[in-house]
Amino acid sequence: MRETHQLALVASNNGPERNPVREEIAAVFEQVLGHAVQITDQTDIVEDLGLDSLGVMNFVMAIEDFYDISIPLDRIAQVQTVGDLIQAVEQLRSGVPA
Amino acid sequence: MTILAKHASYKLAYDALRAHGVDPFNVRFDSVLSPTEGILNGRRMILLGTNNYLGLTFDPDCIAKAVEATSRQGTGTTGSRIANGSYDGHLRLEQRLAEFYGRKHAMVFSTGYQANLGVLSTLVGRGDHLMLDADSHASIYDGSRLGGAEVIRFRHNSPDDLYKRLRRLAGSPGERLIVVEGIYSMLGDTAPLKEIAAVKRETGAYLLVDEAHSLGVLGAKGRGAAEAAAVEEDVDFIVGTFSKSLGSVGGFCVSDTADFDIMRVVCRPYMFTASLPPGVIASTLEALHKLETEPRLRASLMRNAKRLHDGLGALGFTTGPQANPIVAVVMPDQEVAVTFWNMLLESGLYLNLALPPATPSNAPLLRTSVSAAHTTKQIDAALEIFAHVGSELQCLPSDRRRAGGVV
Repeated sequence: MRETHQLALVASNNGPERNPVREEIAAVFEQVLGHAVQITDQTDIVEDLGLDSLGVMNFVMAIEDFYDISIPLDRIAQVQTVGDLIQAVEQLRSGVPA
Repeated sequence: MTILAKHASYKLAYDALRAHGVDPFNVRFDSVLSPTEGILNGRRMILLGTNNYLGLTFDPDCIAKAVEATSRQGTGTTGSRIANGSYDGHLRLEQRLAEFYGRKHAMVFSTGYQANLGVLSTLVGRGDHLMLDADSHASIYDGSRLGGAEVIRFRHNSPDDLYKRLRRLAGSPGERLIVVEGIYSMLGDTAPLKEIAAVKRETGAYLLVDEAHSLGVLGAKGRGAAEAAAVEEDVDFIVGTFSKSLGSVGGFCVSDTADFDIMRVVCRPYMFTASLPPGVIASTLEALHKLETEPRLRASLMRNAKRLHDGLGALGFTTGPQANPIVAVVMPDQEVAVTFWNMLLESGLYLNLALPPATPSNAPLLRTSVSAAHTTKQIDAALEIFAHVGSELQCLPSDRRRAGGVV
C-alpha cells in the first residue's frame, strides 16, 4: 500500500500549486462529512469545517486508513489547519520520526 | 475576564445545562443511607449510578475493620510511603492482591486514577509506543501524556485495527504496550480480550488490562475480564481500583514482571502522594475477602444487571450490547437527555447523565450501574420510573407510534 502512495516531500505547503495530498484529504473529508468541501492549506479543521472532537477523531482515523499510517496523539495535537495535516501526513509517510 | 476565561465555551454549556434543572455534575445528597438509597432534597432516592457493584460500602464487617484500624493506627499516614514508610496494612494488602491474582508482585496506589497515571508513565517512555483503545478512560489518556511515549489510538474494541497499527510500527525501535479496559465505563461493553491477546502474542507487545469495572464482576473467581476470557497468562499488567466493587478508594497494579519493585522509586504518582490511611486499607482487605468468599454477591449483581438490561430493552430503550452491571440508555439528543435525567430525579431515581465528549459517540447517555445490594423490587421500581418518564417524553417506540411520529 505504502509504495502506491509514495510522494516527494514538498518543501512548502503554502503555494497555490496543486497538491495531490490536499486533494486526497479533501476526498476523505467529503467521505466523512457526507458533503463536498472547499479546502486550502489555511483551512482550520475545527473552526472552518465545524468538526467536534469525535468528528476530528473519525476524520483522523479515515486519513490514517487511507495512507496506512498512524498519527500519534502529540502530532494530532499540533495539527490545526489542512496545511499542518498535509505536512504531518507527508512526514509520516516518508518515515520522519514523530 | 479572569485567568479562567479560556474555558468560556465550557462555562456557557455548563450554565445552559444548569438552567435546565438540577446540576447533574454537582448533585448534593442530604445523606446516603445504604449502597442503594440516599436522601436528596428531603426525598428518598434509589441510587442506580454509583458503581457500588458488590454493595459493600455499608458492610458491617468492612466498617468494623475500618473503625478498628483507625482507632489503632490513626486517621491518616500524613505522607508517602517513600517518606513516611509503609504500614503493615499496605504490605498485607499488596500481598493479598498478588495472591488473589496469582501474581508475584502488587503495588497499591492512593486512587485508581493515580494507578493508571503511575503505571502507564513508568512502563513506557520516550521512544516507546503506547497503543490505546479510543474509548479509554481519562486516567489512561492522562497517564499516556505523563510518560512521553508515542501514543497511538486504535478503534474501540477492534483487534484488527490494533493489529494494523502494530504492523505499521514494524521495524521501529522501542517497546509496545497495549492498554484496554475489562469493561468500558460508559456503555458497559467488554474488550474482546481473546482476540487482543492473540494480537499481542503475534506482535510481541505487552498487554495491560484495566479491570476497574470488572474486578469482582467478571470471572469465576471475580478477577475480571481477563479471567473470564481465560487469557490471564497473556496479560502482563493488571490495573484496578478499590473504589468500585471493593467500596473504598485506592488503586493497584499486579504483575509477574521481574524488577517490578523498581517502580517504587521511579513512579512519581506513587512516590509523591500520601499513602492510603489504615482505615481504608483495612476495609479494602475485608472487602477483598468478601469478594473471594461470597460468590453469591456476584450472582446477585449479574441477576440484577440482566433484569435491568432486559427490562429496559423490553420497554424499547436502546442500551449497550451486553447485560453487564453498567447499563447505559442511549438518548436521542442532549435536550431529551437532560429533561429525562431531571424527571428521573424528580421521580426518585438517581443515575449518571453522561454527555459528549465523555461518551463514545455523539449520543448522550443515561448511565446506570447496578449493585448486588439492589432488591428485585428496586430494579422493578427503576424500570417503572423509566417507563413512566419515557412515555411522558414520548421516547418509547410504542409512544411514538401512538403519537404518529414513527410508523
